[in-house]
Amino acid sequence: MRIAQQRWFTPWLFLLPGLAVVIGFSLFPFLNTVVLAFTDAKVLGGGHFTGADNFVRMVRDPAFWTAVGNSALYIVGVVPPLVVLPLLLALLVERKLPGITFFRTAFFTPVIASIVVVGLIWTWLLDTRGLVNDVLTALGVLKTPIPFLTDQWLLLVSAMLVTVWKGLGYYMVIYLAALGTVPKDLHEAAQVDGAGWWRRLFSVTLPALRPTMVLVAVLSSVSAFRVFSEVYLLAGQAGGPGGADTTLVMLIQQVGTGLTGDLGYSSALSVVLFVLTLGLLLATNRLNRQEDL
Amino acid sequence: MSRIVGRYALLLLVLVITVGPFLWQLSTSLKGVTEDIYSTPPQLFPLHPTPGNYARVADAVPIWSFALNSLIVAVANVVANCLGASMAGYALARLRFRGRTAATTVFLASLLVPFEAIMVALFLVMRSLHLSNTLAAVVLPGAIGALNVMLMRNAFLALPSAVEEAAVIDGANAWQRFTRIALPSARGTVVVVAVFSFMFSWDDFLWPLIVLSDPARYTLTIGLSYLQGTFVNDQRLIAAGTMIAVAPLVLLFVAAQKYFFRGVGEGAVKG
Repeated sequence: MRIAQQRWFTPWLFLLPGLAVVIGFSLFPFLNTVVLAFTDAKVLGGGHFTGADNFVRMVRDPAFWTAVGNSALYIVGVVPPLVVLPLLLALLVERKLPGITFFRTAFFTPVIASIVVVGLIWTWLLDTRGLVNDVLTALGVLKTPIPFLTDQWLLLVSAMLVTVWKGLGYYMVIYLAALGTVPKDLHEAAQVDGAGWWRRLFSVTLPALRPTMVLVAVLSSVSAFRVFSEVYLLAGQAGGPGGADTTLVMLIQQVGTGLTGDLGYSSALSVVLFVLTLGLLLATNRLNRQEDL
Repeated sequence: MSRIVGRYALLLLVLVITVGPFLWQLSTSLKGVTEDIYSTPPQLFPLHPTPGNYARVADAVPIWSFALNSLIVAVANVVANCLGASMAGYALARLRFRGRTAATTVFLASLLVPFEAIMVALFLVMRSLHLSNTLAAVVLPGAIGALNVMLMRNAFLALPSAVEEAAVIDGANAWQRFTRIALPSARGTVVVVAVFSFMFSWDDFLWPLIVLSDPARYTLTIGLSYLQGTFVNDQRLIAAGTMIAVAPLVLLFVAAQKYFFRGVGEGAVKG
């Protein structure tokens, strides 16, 4: 007996709201983005087919290369710490010690806070008169405060620091779930053979966690490439000194919104963002599969 | 023994790094106008704690109306996701019909489209629906998340089918089976969807920033980011504003923390 006692349209009534939202607000805008990328459409109207003009313009646009460079740099700066540090945190809170639930919960707090709250907190902390500079000066580490928020490179590094700080708890929980699946008898066998904590970490735990580490690397690099809020909030909407810290998503937002919005060009930038993100996913996926062989 | 002490020392160090910044912000928000917030060495505890900044931030910007807008958006998002994603998930998991694979593919395909790549086109959709600059426009794109649909689908797939088959024999139609049998059995996942929907819409920044232009419609996150520009000289007010934004979520988080952790775990399994 099978559950199919219904009229033919019943399933579609269940699906209607969901399909409407997903098609109307995701797939259709996506197709429209691809179409607009080949036009000179503006927010106030117009729009003629211009072939690959937007893409030619992009290649010659220094702002595009700055933005792609910053977004790519973001991956380099953010992914390694986000693969390693949350794993160390997970190992730290894995053992059932008194009060460990409190620590796990507390470490997750930055994840739940809005990026705006996080951005404003760190703008205050990293100010030249802020707590970080204050403490470092009081400890005698610094003579003059570090201009975290006004120097082009320090600003980008600061934004990366905020991203890592906010992401620690999230990836920690993913690692915690994975640690629960590491076979216990392997650990016990290694212990019987006289392997110490470090030896077991490198010979048992880490090999078992390898797929999770790849997953964390994929998730964090895709989101790092799409970074917007951290830089926007620390650097201001202009994107730091002379726009030097603008990321790809910031550029899309700057170009495409407002009364002078250049829809065609910003759509072309969006298509590039999509292709690069998808490429990142496919490349890491492929890498992952090769490892399995 | 010393190992345990070392472990707790590390735990406390990480606690200072993760929670410390929030406490410093809380402290700043409670410091009076006469108190030096730039003192060296820094003063962790306010000398004369006062709630005055919370009243002052409300005088400066309509922060409670921003908060109300955020609440409306978040609640609408929770209701729409719990109902819409459950319905769609139920059809995909439990009903047999031609086109089921195609429908599943539509949801999966949308997972591959990064929001940032369609946000400008999405603004155009809202404009042609005459919805730009409304709270409805803030809610709609995330109203039924494809990831939530897949989560609900998996939850319904995991339920044993015997009870539902019995209900079919008793003459229950699909809607009755959905609301009376399937939904109550999957309520754990519904809670995960609810909690995450609330958090994501309460915290969202980029989309409201694009679609809202009238300050009367601002959500809390947008209102706060403008606060920074307006009161760059008074950190106490900004701090009070951020505390207003984060407090409801911390309460929700503490109440539902086990679901949070499960939700992250489940999300990760789906990749």
